[in-house]
Amino acid sequence: MANKQKLVVIGNGMVGHNLIEKLVDSGAAQNYEITVFCEESRLAYDRVHLSEFFAGKSADDLALTTGEFYQQQGIRVLVGCAATAINREQKTIVAEAGEEVAYDLLVLATGSYPFVPPMPGHDRARCLVYRTIDDLEALTEAAKNSKVGAVVGGGLLGLEAAKAVKDLGLETHVIEFAPRLMAVQVDDGGSAILRSKIEALGVQVHTGKNTTEIVDGESAFHRMNFADGGHLETDLVLFSAGIRPQDTLARACGLELGERGGIVINNQCQTSDPAIYAIGECALWNGRIFGLVAPGYQMAGVAAAHLAGKSAQFTGADMSTKLKLMGVDVASIGDAHGNVEGSRSYVYSDEVAEVYKKVVVDESGDKLLGAVLVGDAKEYGTLLQYMLNEIQLPEHPDDLILPQRDGGAAVGLGPDMLPETAMICSCHDVTKGDIVTAIDDGATDIGALKSCTKASTGCGGCAALLKSLLDSELDKRGLEVNTDICEHFAYTRQDLYGLVRVGQLKTFAELLEKHGTGTGCELCKPAIGSILASCWNDYVLQKSLVGLQDTNDRYLANMQKDGTYSVVPRVPGGEITPDKLIVLGQVAKEFDLYTKITGGQRVDLFGARMDQLPAIWSKLIDAGFETGHAYGKSLRTVKSCVGSTWCRYGVDDSAGLAVELEHRYKGLRSPHKIKFGVSGCTRECAEAQSKDIGIIATEKGWNLYVCGNGGMRPRHGDLFATDLDKATLIEYIDRVLMFYVSSADKLQRTSVWMENLEGGLDYLRSVVIDDRLGINAELEQQMGLVIDSYACEWKAAVEDPESLKRFRHFVNSDKGDSNVVFVREREQIRPALEEEKPVTESA
Amino acid sequence: MIRFTKENNMPTSQPPTQQWVDICAIDDLTPEAGCGALLGDEQVALFYLPNQPEQLFAISNYDPLGEANVLARGIVGNIGEQLVVASPLYKQHFDLRTGACLEEAEVTVRCYSARIEAGRVELSG
Ligand code: SRM
Ligand SMILES: Cc1cc2nc3c(=O)[nH]c(=O)nc-3n(C[C@H](O)[C@H](O)[C@H](O)COP(=O)(O)OP(=O)(O)OC[C@H]3O[C@@H](n4cnc5c(N)ncnc54)[C@H](O)[C@@H]3O)c2cc1C
Ligand code: SF4
Ligand code: FES
Repeated sequence: MANKQKLVVIGNGMVGHNLIEKLVDSGAAQNYEITVFCEESRLAYDRVHLSEFFAGKSADDLALTTGEFYQQQGIRVLVGCAATAINREQKTIVAEAGEEVAYDLLVLATGSYPFVPPMPGHDRARCLVYRTIDDLEALTEAAKNSKVGAVVGGGLLGLEAAKAVKDLGLETHVIEFAPRLMAVQVDDGGSAILRSKIEALGVQVHTGKNTTEIVDGESAFHRMNFADGGHLETDLVLFSAGIRPQDTLARACGLELGERGGIVINNQCQTSDPAIYAIGECALWNGRIFGLVAPGYQMAGVAAAHLAGKSAQFTGADMSTKLKLMGVDVASIGDAHGNVEGSRSYVYSDEVAEVYKKVVVDESGDKLLGAVLVGDAKEYGTLLQYMLNEIQLPEHPDDLILPQRDGGAAVGLGPDMLPETAMICSCHDVTKGDIVTAIDDGATDIGALKSCTKASTGCGGCAALLKSLLDSELDKRGLEVNTDICEHFAYTRQDLYGLVRVGQLKTFAELLEKHGTGTGCELCKPAIGSILASCWNDYVLQKSLVGLQDTNDRYLANMQKDGTYSVVPRVPGGEITPDKLIVLGQVAKEFDLYTKITGGQRVDLFGARMDQLPAIWSKLIDAGFETGHAYGKSLRTVKSCVGSTWCRYGVDDSAGLAVELEHRYKGLRSPHKIKFGVSGCTRECAEAQSKDIGIIATEKGWNLYVCGNGGMRPRHGDLFATDLDKATLIEYIDRVLMFYVSSADKLQRTSVWMENLEGGLDYLRSVVIDDRLGINAELEQQMGLVIDSYACEWKAAVEDPESLKRFRHFVNSDKGDSNVVFVREREQIRPALEEEKPVTESA
Repeated sequence: MIRFTKENNMPTSQPPTQQWVDICAIDDLTPEAGCGALLGDEQVALFYLPNQPEQLFAISNYDPLGEANVLARGIVGNIGEQLVVASPLYKQHFDLRTGACLEEAEVTVRCYSARIEAGRVELSG
């Protein structure tokens, strides 16, 4: 439309794209004809998680948007095209290719660029920076023929870059000009602990070093000469010595800049020319540059509101941060250095555990001004809320950081104490009130909250707080959330697992007596039944264990809506002989059972009365069937495709492997059900990537995927390891599963477990592949025990008169349940509706 | 002739005098669990909790919310002071002493008297 205003956005980084999203969400985008200049060769991506590129994330994984999105919204985006000049008089932008684009309103979201100290030699080959995906690709390339890497800069980004260099397998040095690491955020004490932790990881830290030049090296590609006369030989140099606002265009067209750069903006994010806005890291507000994504998003929100004709103000942003640097937790809140006059601080330092914590309080001791946490930052969320909401501190503020001794209750800040307006997620501007509303509207797990409020989808710093808020809100609504397993045990499932194993406890009664109260309930009993089974694999229907089983486990079958049961024999890998198939048909026919092929590649027989189960199973067992554990929180099915034996594309015997794996892990009791899939090639007919354990044949071996899930909230499995031989594959699966069994919450599938695992996939890899916790031998031995002690529960049941007695509907009669009535539909039985049931004589 | 519905599956009329009916031996019961028992033509859920002073508990086997005779197959336990069974169908709790459903205030299932006499279990309506 001709009369639409022309809006041009220069820069398609995190903030520039966020602005577009906000304009689209509010509908304001439709009022403009929008053109976006995107200098990089790809659309906006998640720079905050840039380093995950080295943990296997691809550029696609990091992408924040797609070309289709822009196309659908009718927004023109010039990818790989920088704006080279702004003509404010004619209101046009000159594009790199020469084209001129007119604007009525202009937004600068040009971000910042890495500062490279102008020392001689800074522009030599293999002198790199760390800001874009292209930079990371260049780094990977350069690392290929390097042995040593030096990072210039020991700040937050420098340490992150050092991790990358280390991960690329290079001997790594960090060169810092200041006398300590992370000088901006962390104080001396914290820095010292951080340094020793990082050195322990094999990174060499050089502080107080001023590099004067980079020249040809003798033993390496470069030599860095230092002002103190020393030098370092290194093959590549990575500059990470701070960022500078990208204000070149603004400078050239005469917009007001700060003394040290940055485009000056007012509270509406307008520059000195009211037709031009600046947001994100290029903008200077109140003399400050905000080098974090959350304030940038806030600015984008203000500019978007303004462009939609609404009023909004940017009034500064909190610069507190929490990071994991090389596996070390570091957090800095507010006035970390205690610069405010009259402020006082409390310090806790544990040089053995390498933990350092400091809180800075105001003169009166009422309010928190700042904090530093190194080595353990679990109090970050609480402390941040104390500061942001000016919450009255407890009598002894140091209680907030002192470790809890046995029995002492943690002095935390319940999310309950936060006002509705408390900011939970500053990246996406989500308050406690927003979260509470979302929970009221039915978002009752973290995944749902993330997708409807976006909370915790930015830097992730608010994840712990979000979780505790969710827990407390669910708790208030009477929903079960407490990580305590139930009122009878003040422990998590993981704790109980440990207690059972360490205490060699074999029965519920022993555990209850030692560690619980009351008589138990339907929450703790099955969970503990499952733990006992995972640990000792005793027969689940022995008398002391019966009362623990969920009804499905107790009758070794799934209860249906009318109180009857389904019967699901195991069909490993979905492979079945004609003879066995015939037996299934015969048994179903004899007992008149409804027969259906399941989604798990086997056959389900429905409508068996409890008292019929033993007879049905006797026949199945005689024909060589075993229980399929369709009732158990245990291995369900290993879905397979036919694989190389028959399929013209198959590269390996997926069906054979599936059968083998199903036999190996059948009977393993776990926190929730476990499903496998094995596909014979990348066409993935077995849908392995949607399974807890997924395996796909490659030309060179097997690719292993973990923690996938179908069901209510589908999740693709993560690629865990590639091209494995079978022995290694099985070793990894053993360990992953046993680690899951020992550490997951009750009823937590592997997908959710993974999402809650601190350190995620990388951490799991380090445990399973590098044996970071030194537990692999133990995990394998535990799995060995379970595999060796496997016995078909139905076989044991039909051979045990004691168990059989329990399959009667009445203890004092052989009659069946007269309320179970079937009618026929599509030639098979189905439960009768109430109104279809025959009329009976009343007494 | 009337329909077989949930109301008349749970008769509410009290028998005139307390008549005890022999059901089974105490050894036929599984501790900490329930089983079904037939009292006349009524389906009873009988629970054996040897560590409780009463030891035996009996309520109707019919779960009026799930509409099936399944309560005997639920897991027993306590919620605070109340001893309860959780229905295996949709997990509502029923008080073993009063038959009251904890989740739905207007729902209660019938209770029966149960006792142990010389190693035998007896029920009365
Ligand atoms: C029979 C079957 C449907 C069918 O007719 O095909 C089925 C039936 C049931 N599913 Fe399922 N699921 C069946 C395949 C699946 C699949 C497909 C698959 O395995 O490839 C899925 C999605 C994949 C996944 O699990 O990741 C599936 C996701 C679920 C879920 C959601 C799980 C989740 O994590 O979101 C539940 C609920 C739960 O477990 O809490 C569930 C629960 C159930 C229960 C046990 C519900 C219940 O408590 O009564 C059903 C009773 C089974 C019975 O009586 O035997 N079923 N269910 C399938 C049996 C497969 C088998 O041979 O064992
Ligand atoms: C390794 C790393 C880790 C980080 N970790 C965190 C963290 O944990 N938490 C946190 O809050 N922040 C973190 N940050 C900072 C965060 O990424 C930035 O705050 C955020 O990306 C700023 O967004 P922006 O849009 O202002 O700038 P950018 O994302 O840099 O985007 C600016 C874009 O504009 C383009 N551009 C510039 N000039 C032109 C032009 N003339 N024409 C066209 N396009 C142009 C640039 O090429 C760039 O793509 C990290 C940054 C890095 C590099
Ligand atoms: S995945 Fe598909 S194509 Fe590959 S072997 Fe299996 S059936 Fe064949
Ligand atoms: S604060 Fe960054 S994701 Fe919530």
